[in-house]
Amino acid sequence: MSEPDANDAIVVKGLRKSYKKLEVLKDVSFSVKRGTMLALLGPNGAGKSTTVKILSTLLPFNDGSVSVEGYDVATEADKVRSVIGLTGQSAAVDELLTGRENLVMMGRLYRLTKESAKARADELLEEFDLVKAADRPAKTYSGGMRRRLDLAVSLIAAPPIIFLDEPTTGLDPRSRIAMWESIRRLMERGTTILLTTQYLEEADQLADRIIVIDNGGVIAEGTAKELKSKVGKDRLELTFKNDKTLALAKAELGKAAAEVDNDHTLSVVIDDTNKDVKDILEKLSKKKIAIESLAVHKPTLDDVFLSLTGKKKQAEKAEEK
Amino acid sequence: MAVELQFDKKPKILQSLTDSLLMIQRSSRHILRNTDQLLGTFFQPIMFLVLFSAVFGGAISLALPDGIGYLDFLMAGIIVQTLAFGSTTTAIAVSNDLQKGIVDRFRSLPMSNLAVLNGHVISDIFRNGISTAVMIITGLIMGFRSHAGVIEWLYIVGLLLLFTLMFSWLAAIMGVLSKSVEAVQWLSFIIVFPLTFASSAFVPTEGMNKFLKAFAENQPVTHVIEAIRALMLGTPIGNHGWMAAAWCIGILIFAVPVATILFKRRTVS
Ligand SMILES: Nc1ncnc2c1ncn2[C@@H]1O[C@H](COP(=O)(O)OP(=O)(O)OP(=O)(O)O)[C@@H](O)[C@H]1O
Ligand SMILES: [Mg+2]
Repeated sequence: MSEPDANDAIVVKGLRKSYKKLEVLKDVSFSVKRGTMLALLGPNGAGKSTTVKILSTLLPFNDGSVSVEGYDVATEADKVRSVIGLTGQSAAVDELLTGRENLVMMGRLYRLTKESAKARADELLEEFDLVKAADRPAKTYSGGMRRRLDLAVSLIAAPPIIFLDEPTTGLDPRSRIAMWESIRRLMERGTTILLTTQYLEEADQLADRIIVIDNGGVIAEGTAKELKSKVGKDRLELTFKNDKTLALAKAELGKAAAEVDNDHTLSVVIDDTNKDVKDILEKLSKKKIAIESLAVHKPTLDDVFLSLTGKKKQAEKAEEK
Repeated sequence: MAVELQFDKKPKILQSLTDSLLMIQRSSRHILRNTDQLLGTFFQPIMFLVLFSAVFGGAISLALPDGIGYLDFLMAGIIVQTLAFGSTTTAIAVSNDLQKGIVDRFRSLPMSNLAVLNGHVISDIFRNGISTAVMIITGLIMGFRSHAGVIEWLYIVGLLLLFTLMFSWLAAIMGVLSKSVEAVQWLSFIIVFPLTFASSAFVPTEGMNKFLKAFAENQPVTHVIEAIRALMLGTPIGNHGWMAAAWCIGILIFAVPVATILFKRRTVS
């Protein structure tokens, strides 16, 4: 772990939290540099939402220290609250108020002046494509619209730090991509973001750094690339027409090629994609061994997640069925 | 971001006031948009007034002093009873908020903790005001006549305000304690029903058995009813006025901090 410094917007050290007897966080430490995004991953029940709630002053904790923009979460909750925006796991908008009323009310509660709150509400309604629905009660919104309103509400006072707890769960692919666009715009403005998600692609696409928590502690941290290189290298997968060509190819490529259980496929670990792929293809074409199809398989964050959280075997079993 | 954001730089105490005003605005909008509830606000008092005076009127007017009709006797009781039952909506509103994520959102904002409860309690006073006005107008149409002058009416309004405020804060406690809206309904039924029926709201206490009478004559709701009845009818008020005010203020002094503390505790799990 890097030493915390003045550039860190969030610093968590030795955080411990239990609900009555259930110890959810045993020893969690991490920091987030100002203007960057950290993705917090972990299996269901790992304590992601718990962590977000502690960082946003909603939950007390047992031990450790948490500071946000230099303010101590335990003793300076009010100061922390004025610099953060929270989009919790369940949408927190007032169902009977309209989208616009929700935005203006929350803006005023953030201490914005009436004029600022109104102008900013208009701007956000535009940005989140809610102009047409602006004056309808939020209970008439679809799940995706509610989620967008929820995010818009937490941005109303343009806080420098945003917590997003599964912001895209339940969104269709188009809405998810639109949400990613909004999140990217936030990052361009220099907002510090802590995101939790079940979609590892989301973390891969958006986050500067990733940490994985499980069993109460941080079990891995790094950039997406670093994490992926930990679980394995890139592989070239070659599929052949029949047993005969498969056997020939196997003989040609030697030990490096492992047979994969689906039909007539070999998998070769490669270090340098360009060079290794070229070498392999040359070897095979010299012997006139025809290849049916080929693909370069890069480890995904799913692979990382499954291998780290020890669920790989179970997942594979489930797939076989 | 195109909009230049301006922040209010008010002292903390004024900020809390703004927070409460915003929450009152929010709760009032809830009341206006919840049309089913709004219908109840209009029609329940009318129904109660018509039914009670028609069903009990004949029998009970025999037990009333000469010159006082049952409708005149009933008005104070039915207004107080309606206000007490009306406070249930505060309990429901508080319980609803607690079960939704909205309270988490409020708590992540730099706002005053008390504001959410304040909003529900104060907006409830508006709604109860509407119910009371509907009832008095209906009563006047049905033949209710009061002997109260302007001063007496001011006392009546003041006492009713105090009473609603007190009951709404009690209801806020019920709302915080309940785990579901159904529980709220039960809890308030168990508390409000005996308090309003074991009182002088609908019948004089003379006919009750010894124990019930002792309870009915000394509990706060009866004092409030008797004070308002005396003010309306121009009969001697005795110590009911002071007792009513003392009870209401006493309960408020207990209920406001208790509701606030419980609310804070409930939202920090
Ligand atoms: N209020 C609570 N009281 C008791 N236990 C709780 C409470 N909130 C959460 N827990 C428990 O703490 C653990 C962590 O919960 P948390 O919601 O933080 O997980 P999560 O990582 O966000 O999971 P998910 O991916 O499902 O959202 C779970 O075992 C959960 O049952
Ligand atoms: Mg969660």
